[in-house]
Amino acid sequence: MAAPIIEVRGLGKEYREQDVTTVGLASVDITIKEGEFVAIVGPSGSGKSTLLQILGCLDRPTKGTYRLAGKDLTSFSDEELAQVRNEMLGFVFQAFNLMPRQSVLENVKMPLIYADIPEPARTQRAQAMVDLVGLTNRSDFAAAKLSGGQKQRVAIARALVNNPRVIFADEPTGSLDSRSGEVITRFLQDLNDQGNTIVLVTHESYVAMAAKRMVSIRDGVIESDTVIDKRRIIAEQGFEK
Amino acid sequence: MLFRDTLSMALRGLSTHKSRSFLTILGIVIGISSITLITSIGQSAEGLILGEVQGLGAQNVFVIPGREPSGPNGFGFTILDDSLKERDLEALRKKSNVPDAARVVPFVFGPAVASYGSEAFTATVLGGTSDLVPLYNLDLSAGMMFDDYDVRERSQIAVIGKDVAKELFGSSTAIGEKIKLKDSSVRVIGVSGDKGQSPFVDFDDAIVMPYTTAQTYILGFSYIQRIAVTASSPETMDAVVKDIEATLRDTHNITDPDKDDFFVQTPTEIADTFSTITGVLTLLLSSVAGISLVVGGVGIMNIMLVSVTERTREIGLRKALGAKNNDILSQFLTEAVILTLAGGVLGISIGISLSYLASFAARTFAGIAMPFILPISGMVMGVLVSAVIGLIFGLFPARQAALKSPMEALRYE
Repeated sequence: MAAPIIEVRGLGKEYREQDVTTVGLASVDITIKEGEFVAIVGPSGSGKSTLLQILGCLDRPTKGTYRLAGKDLTSFSDEELAQVRNEMLGFVFQAFNLMPRQSVLENVKMPLIYADIPEPARTQRAQAMVDLVGLTNRSDFAAAKLSGGQKQRVAIARALVNNPRVIFADEPTGSLDSRSGEVITRFLQDLNDQGNTIVLVTHESYVAMAAKRMVSIRDGVIESDTVIDKRRIIAEQGFEK
Repeated sequence: MLFRDTLSMALRGLSTHKSRSFLTILGIVIGISSITLITSIGQSAEGLILGEVQGLGAQNVFVIPGREPSGPNGFGFTILDDSLKERDLEALRKKSNVPDAARVVPFVFGPAVASYGSEAFTATVLGGTSDLVPLYNLDLSAGMMFDDYDVRERSQIAVIGKDVAKELFGSSTAIGEKIKLKDSSVRVIGVSGDKGQSPFVDFDDAIVMPYTTAQTYILGFSYIQRIAVTASSPETMDAVVKDIEATLRDTHNITDPDKDDFFVQTPTEIADTFSTITGVLTLLLSSVAGISLVVGGVGIMNIMLVSVTERTREIGLRKALGAKNNDILSQFLTEAVILTLAGGVLGISIGISLSYLASFAARTFAGIAMPFILPISGMVMGVLVSAVIGLIFGLFPARQAALKSPMEALRYE
């Protein structure tokens, strides 16, 4: 059995603005093992994005504990969390978040800059990822000139370039037409087949069904946590088509 | 993060808004170019004055009556003082008193109206001895200089400057003619040539005559206003100054040097005085120009804050990909420093060009031999100051950028 990479206990997040306190996450316990492909689903405002952001070390919980690869991140400083994001995590966003004027290759290089990887290793590693996502002949194109599907492939290449332990994707198909969305989904499946751990948030059923495990969240708590049986497509509650 | 990456990131950030970046640095450009211009012209003016002082001869010292001026109020008393007399001159001329003096030349001077026929001209009367010729490299274009006999006899003769000759005689010859100077009649025996401006004396406008004649007939006093002493060599200067002081204290019965009623001015002292004046002026004007640097710095800060807000999502992304707070801080700080440095370099180039034009114009149109001096120290200062302005005014916006939470920055619309 694979080792747990993410272990979360009693995780909660409250937002305090002046006197009003909003609960983003009430209390979440979840364990994710290496090599898993987890889809977090739930209606808007359920807390699924908040959970992803905390798991991705982009935000801090207000209570509970989070162990990533055995390390307790609760007391980590901003700088240490930045290093964790850089060395252990990869991100794919709904809006791609590429630097529009920079080339495909330069966009993919960006995490390596912060990892202090010098040239020429930097270009070699980035080029390998660009090749992997099938954009070899586009590597000098400015990111703004690409189609949506191509942009998201660049973002995936960028997420992979640091050999992350976990890839987080927040609505990776949310800005794509369904055909490109399916390509990206299949791509994520392939990555998972090669052993990458993927955690994504989506509200599209076909994306969720591509995962091996579906966690449904409502009102800041986990409502259901199911292993998806590919042969029996079940219409689960908690996500909409 | 490697410095090269920080640098290229900052350059890329700036190049996306070229015209904005240029407008942002205008304040710095103006400030630095004014400071460069002022320091450069200040140094040129100082060079000009030092050149004049050099022209005075490094071996000449001046004995001046009165107390050495110690402040702005000191100058008036110096002019009015009459402590130097004929006997001082005689004492200084004695080889036993000042053995290393090659020449001792007394001076008297004052304005007087010279007239010839219906023409009149206000000239400077300069009384001295024939030693004025070697002292100032005086050059006669016509006629001759008076000699020691004329000094003894108070001969009513004069050598007039070329401008005086032109005003009074036009193109006709002046030699041998008698001009009226105050209430006396003086015969012109020579016209000085093209020597032009000598340090502090404009011989073109002057009427040079034996000092005894000037004292008796024109100025109406019997004291001496300056005594120039030429040392036999630059090495004997210090000895000459000491001997002069000892001699004059002796003739004036002064035992306490603090009570001297004369002082000896060396070329170095003259140069120092002018350096101080130009230095103070330069500093004053530079501080006024410095205000525009502060204004320029505030402008940079303003634009950097706008830029940080505009690029919130970029900051969020960089943080998500592993940028530490310090990486973001140095990226924006580098942008600010590059901006102000570019402004500084541009300002220095403009300031130097203007200064070059100014000295060129002074030489060509005003006939002033103002040298162009490349203000190296001013340039170095300009570069340093502009970089420091970038650091100071870039720090606040860069901190704002660095402290953004990655999640909120990513969500920013």
